[in-house]
Amino acid sequence: MDRRDFLKLAVLSTSGLLLLDGNGWAARATDDDKNHKRLVVVFLRGAADGLNVVVPYSDSSYYVSRPTIAVPRPNESGGALRLDGHFGLHPALTSVMPLWEKGTLAFVHASGSPDPSRSHFDAQDFMETATPGLAKTPDGWLNRLLGVLPGMRSSSEALSVGPTLPRILSGPIPAANLPLGKAGTRPTPLDRPEIQAAFDRLYTGNDPLSVAYREGEASRKKLLAELTEEMQMADQGAPSPVGFADEAKNLGRLMARDPGLKVAFIALGGWDTHINQGSVQGQLPNRLNALGESLSTFVQALGSAYSDTVILVMSEFGRTVHENGNTGTDHGHGNVMWVMGGNVKGGKVYGQWPGLSGNELYEGRDLAVTTDFREVISVVLESQFGLTSSQLNKVIPRGPKPTRDTREMVRA
Amino acid sequence: MVRFNQTLTRARARLFPFLLLFLACVFLASIVHAVSIPSDLREIHLLNRLAFGPRPGDIERLKSIGTEEYIQEQLAPKSISLPESLTAKLDGLSTLRLRAPELFTEYGPPSAAAQKGDKQAAQRARQRARVIVEQATEARLLGAVESPRQLEEVMVNFWFNHFNIFAQKGLDYLWIGSFEEEAIRPHAMGRFRDLLGATAKHPAMLFYLDNWQNTAPGSPGARGQFKGLNENYARELMELHTLGVDGGYTQDDVITLARILTGWGFRRPGQPLQALRELRGQDLFETNGFFFDSNRHDFSSKVFLGRTLRSSGIREGEEALDILAEHPSTARHISYELAQYFVSDDPPKSLVDRLSKEFLDSRGNIRSVLNTLFHSPEFWDEQYFGKKFKTPYEYVISAVRASGYPITNTRPLLGMMGQLGMPLYGCLTPDGYKNTRVAWLNPNAMTQRVNYAVALASGRLPLNQSPINTTEQTENGQRMPSGDQAIPLEPIDTATLARTLGNALSAETRASVKESKPQFRAALILGSRDFMGR
Repeated sequence: MDRRDFLKLAVLSTSGLLLLDGNGWAARATDDDKNHKRLVVVFLRGAADGLNVVVPYSDSSYYVSRPTIAVPRPNESGGALRLDGHFGLHPALTSVMPLWEKGTLAFVHASGSPDPSRSHFDAQDFMETATPGLAKTPDGWLNRLLGVLPGMRSSSEALSVGPTLPRILSGPIPAANLPLGKAGTRPTPLDRPEIQAAFDRLYTGNDPLSVAYREGEASRKKLLAELTEEMQMADQGAPSPVGFADEAKNLGRLMARDPGLKVAFIALGGWDTHINQGSVQGQLPNRLNALGESLSTFVQALGSAYSDTVILVMSEFGRTVHENGNTGTDHGHGNVMWVMGGNVKGGKVYGQWPGLSGNELYEGRDLAVTTDFREVISVVLESQFGLTSSQLNKVIPRGPKPTRDTREMVRA
Repeated sequence: MVRFNQTLTRARARLFPFLLLFLACVFLASIVHAVSIPSDLREIHLLNRLAFGPRPGDIERLKSIGTEEYIQEQLAPKSISLPESLTAKLDGLSTLRLRAPELFTEYGPPSAAAQKGDKQAAQRARQRARVIVEQATEARLLGAVESPRQLEEVMVNFWFNHFNIFAQKGLDYLWIGSFEEEAIRPHAMGRFRDLLGATAKHPAMLFYLDNWQNTAPGSPGARGQFKGLNENYARELMELHTLGVDGGYTQDDVITLARILTGWGFRRPGQPLQALRELRGQDLFETNGFFFDSNRHDFSSKVFLGRTLRSSGIREGEEALDILAEHPSTARHISYELAQYFVSDDPPKSLVDRLSKEFLDSRGNIRSVLNTLFHSPEFWDEQYFGKKFKTPYEYVISAVRASGYPITNTRPLLGMMGQLGMPLYGCLTPDGYKNTRVAWLNPNAMTQRVNYAVALASGRLPLNQSPINTTEQTENGQRMPSGDQAIPLEPIDTATLARTLGNALSAETRASVKESKPQFRAALILGSRDFMGR
């Protein structure tokens, strides 16, 4: 938002003071903000099957373990898209191949949590708090990141897409959340100044409800200021074909226009494929297609801001190496993480490959974890936001030291 | 207090005039407080926790019968008769009286052969079947708003979340209403073991967590999609439904329980009931469509949670459910959830201990555990009053109840729950919706709730439009435009609303309400922090 828009908003609002006093993403004027680096986390809830996302096609155990759901080798019909001599990308993800080819998309295979839990809910909590094994950690690591980022005030500058606020963003620093779908800019009663003024009087305190109310109101204003006209010109009624492309496009536009919006989060469900997972076609390929299209839409909407952005795609754990009795997979361990962005040294699959046969497997059944997910987060945080080791320790307490290989993933 | 006095002493010299003013204010405030109508905190508390908040007249009625009478009445829902205005509406929801096999026959996908001849057949059937979820929704919301058996409605919602299924996974769009009516509602205040068994054997659960395909590898019935084990249900049965994630089971127990449950499924299309009965014996069926396929069962011996199972075949699964239902970890897990729902997001350990003991002593009698809960000092501890942040479901329903509007159209309620991230029957994952503040308090929720409060209080929600009615649907499932135009409702009267809520608003809220224009006052009450809590 430029200064003129900001002033216009402050004048339009019956609570201009509140805008200046608020302490969330939406309340902040960002002109004097020099650091334009951004981080986006895409969380695949339900444990996405990383072995069918980045396929270890050179590992014959893969094909032995998955007689019906394996993705064929690159030169076969319906085969994986060749990434290197060992790995191929699921063919449903063809829309992100240009990013791989440009060298801004990397994968970290056999990555994940050191905690052995195969509970979705515990494992998601562990990944969102970045404290594996500690269920009671109250705040998420993105919230702690906001706490150490320099700023004019203790301001959040974070947005979660959707109707709730996830664990990863919960904590003392306020963060906004907005559903960014088509209906997001429809007029609401609170858009009327006199109604707003009446409710503003109810929520002037520093209690959690008041803070949330003010953040909600301010982010709503910002959304209307940034998106309405453009959206209406560009998309007049054209529904997006798949996945979360609408939300991705709007999030990308918001982030491109507002460098003050530093952190964003979006979660996608539907990855818990215990039956009929599908090989080249079916449930998982459909989800992957939607994910790929949406990510590529997001990158397009970011435009030149992509060069300042890192996008992490992660999921709570991987799935069994062997397909189960119903052409699906059960809860496993190691998985693949995606790292995308202008400063990413992409075009490479990082991590040490542990193998898929016999005693190479974790507890005799799952892909082992050779890269702790916190290593990946740590190197991204260091390079994106220049965190010192003590700051990093606040965000990722007692995290493992990243290996040299992992460090190479991003440019300093 | 001592420190306060010292501060006063020190400040007195310089701040005497301000102090006088301050004391005057305190004096005035206490007069205002004394003359204001005494609030009904205990009654409001009971209606907030055992019900979805008060409707007009509820407080007066509760005062006349007394809290103990109210609790006992609510614990025995059949003792309360339903008003005809409600039963008349519920009677029209015909799909709720159909059992799972009938629902499949009547509304399920057409056979493969039929689909070949008619490309649109499957789509038409799916559209026709939408009435099932619509009617289940209608019944649930009408009950929550209008049923005087409020605790039953609270417990149905509580257990549905505990044993959550998702209406849009596979065939569950056919069975969601039947699951609630047959597996949840009859046992909501009964024995936990019955509730557990009913959910375990309902086709909706068997489908949702994939156990219907769970098959002993190499068994005579193993083929195609039914080739081997599936751990999904076995894991969630222990993690979510019984023991809890830290309840003391291992990955080996997950696999063993999956083996125990091999063959637990339902009668599939093309399996005529009579033929199967002759083949496998009558006891293997239940009228809800449950079917134990011994051909796919693992008959080897098993050690589960350290115990060697004595039974085999279908009895073995029943024995495993017995073990799980009676396990101390289950008692603790369920007690924690009940204490969290009825008392506090972070429930006191003393209460969880007491409830666990009652759960074990009564062998999982839910009514006894609730009775203990409602007579616990923790439940009546005023520090917890009003401190539970309402879930979207609770907020939307309690606001309509407080409004006193009669409803014939539940769609505005349903839409709001969806916008707030809590679509009814729409929780994808088996953990169900949480009921804590951290799960539901967020910036967007606050503005959306306020918007809902304004629309409701001004009478602009079309709650009196004609109800969902299948006869309005044409052959291809399109809804005919309704000729019945909604007559705008009268705005909510502020004084009536305040009385309904027991005049229990905080001084802060009362002050803001007073300052605002009359046409916004009712909305402000419904959109206040007081009303967002229960």
